[in-house]
Amino acid sequence: MRKYTPKDNVQGKAYYTDRFWVAPSVPRRDVSEDAHFSALLEKISERVAVKDAYIQIGQMVVHINPEDNIAVLTLVKELCDYAMCTEISAVDYLAQDGEFEIFYQMLNLKKAKRIRIVTRIKEGQAIESAVPLFNSANFAEREMYDMFGIVANNHPFMKRILMPDDWEGHPLRKTYPLQGDEAASWYEVDKIFGKENREAIGPENRDPARIDRYDTKRFSRVGYEVPFDADVSAGEKKTEIAYSDTLLVNYNKSSKQLDERR
Amino acid sequence: MAQHQVNYASAAGLPVALTSVDKLINWGRSNSLWPMTYGLACCAIEMMATGASRYDFDRMGTIFRASPRQSDVMILAGTLSKKHAEFTRRLYDQMMEPKWVISMGSCANTGGMFNTYSTVQGVDRIVPVDIYLPGCAPRPETLQYALMMLQTKIRKESADMNKNTKQNLRTL
Repeated sequence: MRKYTPKDNVQGKAYYTDRFWVAPSVPRRDVSEDAHFSALLEKISERVAVKDAYIQIGQMVVHINPEDNIAVLTLVKELCDYAMCTEISAVDYLAQDGEFEIFYQMLNLKKAKRIRIVTRIKEGQAIESAVPLFNSANFAEREMYDMFGIVANNHPFMKRILMPDDWEGHPLRKTYPLQGDEAASWYEVDKIFGKENREAIGPENRDPARIDRYDTKRFSRVGYEVPFDADVSAGEKKTEIAYSDTLLVNYNKSSKQLDERR
Repeated sequence: MAQHQVNYASAAGLPVALTSVDKLINWGRSNSLWPMTYGLACCAIEMMATGASRYDFDRMGTIFRASPRQSDVMILAGTLSKKHAEFTRRLYDQMMEPKWVISMGSCANTGGMFNTYSTVQGVDRIVPVDIYLPGCAPRPETLQYALMMLQTKIRKESADMNKNTKQNLRTL
């Protein structure tokens, strides 16, 4: 029987894991340990439902419902001085939980504090855009759409940002192979020459050590040298390699010796 | 170029030199190779260094031109992404015949270390390449040497480009 490989996660994995390896986990501290964060969390939990909150590496992480994202972002921006949204992106947990995790990384410039607002949505579900609040969300949400296929509602220009517009698939999903799917591997050929010329161009070579025995344009064989671009399907004639018989080092003598060539 | 030394004293003082059309045209072509100003990635830094005063491409008659319509050589210096491939091909198509392509560096040759979904695995998939430069990135000397090899290649070719072996991509 063929070995079963999960199709919902085709990303590369380490081929060997130590049996006794324990993955390091980032310690979580309680929000009540930090006065600033606990005051902030109190304000947030007055407005919306907070699913979970803790402090990791000096930053507060707040888990909320996806429909509350704009309410929370407005609150922290207007009332709590978190005036800067440094990053918005997503993490693919479709294989584990059937959900994407979206995070908003916020920065308070006055107090030098950072918080992360985290929410989870199902595949195909859209999230409200943060562009009316933060201009930096514009490119970040476009990239999120490009890489994961998560649509932000009421975004001014919801279009792919890195990949071409006619690209198929969303590359940062776990179901997307690193070396690309079928459409990706023929993308430039289809675009430039058309599908009918796929045969003439040939498939991509993804093997860096590939040697084509019959390709006399790019490869040559020592001892079987033939003219450039010759047809060798019938077999090449052997040409003996003539090595120089000048004695460079005589291994029968002692270790230290001079080059005996004249 | 000329097969014989020109002796102005002989032949009734006429400055006569005999050569073939092929040699004359190839002399002109090979000694004024104008590459296009076109950098894709970090190899372009080395390409710029080759053009600058220390390595000095100009002394070989190689002057970077800012338009594909005035260029003979396309130096593909760097990683070619799949999104950009069609524009590279369009620039190549805009160049006048005869034209040559130098693939500079590992990424342009084979995709290099970018064995990913978004990188063209070798620019010879979209344009016919005359010379492949190894290196990541190749030193300016390597590019100079490649240009000299290209000159040697042009001098061996027939001036009539139709007589030279056409690769599939050129005719596609």
